Amino acid sequence: MIMTDTVIKCNSVYKIFGTNAKKMLQEANGNVDAKTFQKNGCIVGVNNASFEVSRGEMLVVMGLSGSGKSTLLRCISRLTDATAGKIYIEDQDLLSLNNKELIELRRNKMGMVFQSFALLPHKTVLENIAFPLQIKGVKDQECINKAMDMVKLVGLDGRENYFPRELSGGQQQRVGIARSLAVEPDIWFLDEPFSALDPLIRKEMQDEFLRLQEKLQKTIMFITHDFDEALKLADRIAIMKDGIIEQLDTPANIVLNPATEYVKKFTEEVPREKVLKIEDVMEKPNNENLSDLKFSKNEIIENVAEKILTQEKSVAVIDENNKIVGTLHPSKIIHTVFGGRKNKG
Amino acid sequence: MELLKRYPKLFQWLFLLVVFFTLCFTIEVPETYKFIRGQAEFIKDPNQSTYTLFGIEVRYYAFDTLWRLPPLLGWLPIWINDSLFFLLNDWMPIEIWNEDIQEYKTRPLVLQITRTLTSSMTFLIELIREILLGGVETIVAFTSWDWISENSWAKLPGLPWTVVAAGAAILGYKLSGKGLAIFAGIVMIYISIFGQWKPSMQTLSFILVAAPLSFIFGLSLGIMAFKSKRVEKALHPILLVMQTMPQYAVLVPAIVLFGVGDHAAVIITMVVAVPPMILLTLLGLRGVSPEVIEAGRMSGCNNLQLMFKVLIPTARRDILIGVNQVIMVCFSMAVISAFIGAKGLGFNLLLALNQLNIGLALEAGLCISLIAILLDKMSLAWANKQTDYFGNLTFFQRHKNTLFFAGAVLIAVIFAYAGSFYFKEGFNYLYEVPHNKGISTADFWNKGVDWIWDTFFHTLKIFNTWLIVDVLQPMRAAYLRMPIVATFVLVMGAGYIIGGIRSAIVVGGLTLFIALSPWWDRALVTTYMATFGVIISCTIGVTVGTLCSQNEYTKNFMLAVCDIFQTFPSFVYLIPVMMLFGVTDTSVLIAVIVYATIPATRYTIEGLRSVPTALHDAGSMSGVTKLQRLLNIEFPIAFPHMMLGLNQTIVFALFMVIIGAFIGTEDLGQYILKALSDRKGAGIGLTLGICVAFIGLIFDNLIRTWVEKRKKHLGID
Ligand SMILES: Nc1ncnc2c1ncn2[C@@H]1O[C@H](COP(=O)(O)OP(=O)(O)OP(=O)(O)O)[C@@H](O)[C@H]1O
Ligand SMILES: [Mg+2]
Repeated sequence: MIMTDTVIKCNSVYKIFGTNAKKMLQEANGNVDAKTFQKNGCIVGVNNASFEVSRGEMLVVMGLSGSGKSTLLRCISRLTDATAGKIYIEDQDLLSLNNKELIELRRNKMGMVFQSFALLPHKTVLENIAFPLQIKGVKDQECINKAMDMVKLVGLDGRENYFPRELSGGQQQRVGIARSLAVEPDIWFLDEPFSALDPLIRKEMQDEFLRLQEKLQKTIMFITHDFDEALKLADRIAIMKDGIIEQLDTPANIVLNPATEYVKKFTEEVPREKVLKIEDVMEKPNNENLSDLKFSKNEIIENVAEKILTQEKSVAVIDENNKIVGTLHPSKIIHTVFGGRKNKG
Repeated sequence: MELLKRYPKLFQWLFLLVVFFTLCFTIEVPETYKFIRGQAEFIKDPNQSTYTLFGIEVRYYAFDTLWRLPPLLGWLPIWINDSLFFLLNDWMPIEIWNEDIQEYKTRPLVLQITRTLTSSMTFLIELIREILLGGVETIVAFTSWDWISENSWAKLPGLPWTVVAAGAAILGYKLSGKGLAIFAGIVMIYISIFGQWKPSMQTLSFILVAAPLSFIFGLSLGIMAFKSKRVEKALHPILLVMQTMPQYAVLVPAIVLFGVGDHAAVIITMVVAVPPMILLTLLGLRGVSPEVIEAGRMSGCNNLQLMFKVLIPTARRDILIGVNQVIMVCFSMAVISAFIGAKGLGFNLLLALNQLNIGLALEAGLCISLIAILLDKMSLAWANKQTDYFGNLTFFQRHKNTLFFAGAVLIAVIFAYAGSFYFKEGFNYLYEVPHNKGISTADFWNKGVDWIWDTFFHTLKIFNTWLIVDVLQPMRAAYLRMPIVATFVLVMGAGYIIGGIRSAIVVGGLTLFIALSPWWDRALVTTYMATFGVIISCTIGVTVGTLCSQNEYTKNFMLAVCDIFQTFPSFVYLIPVMMLFGVTDTSVLIAVIVYATIPATRYTIEGLRSVPTALHDAGSMSGVTKLQRLLNIEFPIAFPHMMLGLNQTIVFALFMVIIGAFIGTEDLGQYILKALSDRKGAGIGLTLGICVAFIGLIFDNLIRTWVEKRKKHLGID
């Protein structure tokens, strides 16, 4: 096996529900149209998905309900078998694995967090977290120690002997997270992990999630409905519609250069200042008069807008080496924040 | 018109009733018709007509087909019989190596299978029985009788009762703590000092074989049905019929297949106990959310781990109800199987009832109920047991239960040994209290019964006569007065109004089967008794349930009471009523009412409990009184669940009516009882059983369809 930095790789993955899905797919020759399939009793879950996720990257998948996000994730974790296409996990052909190899892969490489927590109701917090380890055949004492570490990691110490029903939603999801991390997987799947939580707890959990990720540096696929969440977490965002990945790109690119009408509409409401960095809107350095303020090109606009707007002249934009790489006029900020929405109506 | 639009269903019902009663009154009772008592149907009578089908002659009284249908299915029992005998004695002979004569013998396949089953069951029962009571048969199974007579020492000694009692208490402690330990100890000591040790242990050995086997089979079949649609489809109709099939009826074919004795009883018990276990396993497994299954898969479970570590534990609630049912059925059957020669408490109970020795019956009944409750509690505790990972246990703490047990064995054995010197007369009370040497309260109870009879004779008699003459007989006459067309109109009409044409056809078909069997009149009697019981049970159950639901404490108390009463074997209910009312229809009906009130009460409470608290509050906030809230909010929402309770009430009532045959009724049960002692009764017994099952299924179908519609309407699931 050659080690590359690509951890997950999908090549024209299709998932079509229905009895004669395989045959219909062959006849369609890769050009799947959801409507005609539906007429014939097939539901298109994932339609020709090709992408790669590299090590330590966080890919956030977005889309409306029923757009096939979960289905895509389940294909990659092989909870369902893709109808066609190739999926590689660290250069291993996922679909060619037999049952035993698949179980090995899941026991050692993958972790998953579920939207509705999916905890085992008859086990305590500790037992739930230790469960994947026990399944793997790790010795009892070791399991417990490891699980205790996880309990501490997600901040549930003191509650390890509670049952899931005795915990709040946020606490239950922490258990779910701890469980998925217990075997120290390289790849981490999260299917709308925070959707069932109220906004305050959600924010708290997001922060905690970022803290964890900083520490653990996993390869992550994360599903969410919430654009703010996506922006906060994502390295790249994939937007799905009817099973098709409409666009997969960095947050800034998705907002600035939507590939399709759908993506454009999808991102219209997104506050630009939250997405764009200064480098995305700056101009080439010219010899105009600059104000004294300097900003790093990697700053998100939202964070510095106020300061820039107090200036009358353009401000300087610098890179890591303190070299001026561009300028930015306050009016540009105003244009970015409000301009995007003007041509909506 | 306005009204008709608002309540279309109401008018449909009214219309149906009008048609029904018109039919009832316009169709005259044929002059030759009389309710035939006893076996008259089978005696040649010049007025009878005959027909021949499949070479079998069936005789019957011909009436106008509007009044009664001819028993075209009369050949079915005979045909079942013949096929059973054919299967057993002639079908598929195979060569079997016979150890004794050292050569091959031919034997029919089915016979061979049943014999193998029989001998393995016998071995299992004997093994446990001899561990508890001592004996030689287990050793014989491995050697031979000759060897035993040469080696007189070769005998399992049997455990002294003190050891069993201590073991039960320690087990109780290990499973749940002091409470259960004390209860277990007391039950065992009670059994012993009241001289019921031997029959109790016989019953226990029967249960300890039947219950685990039923559990294992039920669970595995449930799992198989869960995994494969085809298995489920194949099982479904059997499960449905078995649920409403009276346990009595299954006994009859079992005698043919397996003979009489404990082994046949175990097999029959499994036949009865496995279906509910399958259903509940299936229900539980279905209820596991797909995400939990996926979580299990992602944790790296293989199929086996997924089933046993994720699916089954998650479905535990329903599976536990299944275990509870298995235990209930096993104890019920432990008594009923006495009819086919099973030993133990059931046999004593039956014998005592037969001799009208209420005191003895009561003692045996109490013992069996106590053991039932004990096993029920133990199995529950076992399933709910948690492991403690943090206890830093020493060797002693970890093994203290084993150590205690070893100690108890040692001490008990020493005592038993010492006892053998101390007690002369050949009875060693520290080893086993013989059956007739324990304390007996039978006399006390019998005197009590006599006293009740002496004191309340007139009151009871007046009540009894009033009930029979003024209520039961008219009601029975009314049922028998129903022409068959009217019945069909009523049943199918109800089916149509509730569930559309499909339901109408299903219930019509079920009714047709009974109508074409030779026992339509008897089925009407069964139905009348069951209806009477159900009406009163429901009235009591709903009232009591509603009252108890008003307060958390009484609610839980009532549920616990229901739990305990449910664990009593059905036969036990006959004891107190016979005590009060002797051998009459009243006794049966009162047993039916008591027995069937349990599910009525329980489902009422559970239904009312399932009403969301938000609705309570919403009701209170809109300023309704308690009564208004009950009538307008809680009842409508709890109603579907309560109707399921009605369903259970009907099944319970039917079972009890059938068992009531033991006291002497004139319904289907009586015929089943007769079939038991008939060499060719298998076909009759089975057909009768199916008839009773179908009566149950008619109501089941109507109620379930209605409940489903109602639930959809209310948006609950
Ligand atoms: N087992 C299945 N059988 C048939 N169709 C399915 C199955 N699972 C999913 N689908 C269909 O596939 C499509 C995609 O479903 P999926 O669960 O992936 O959506 P999603 O994007 O995760 O939506 P949500 O945000 O609501 O979770 C839907 O139209 C759904 O009806
Ligand atoms: Mg989803």
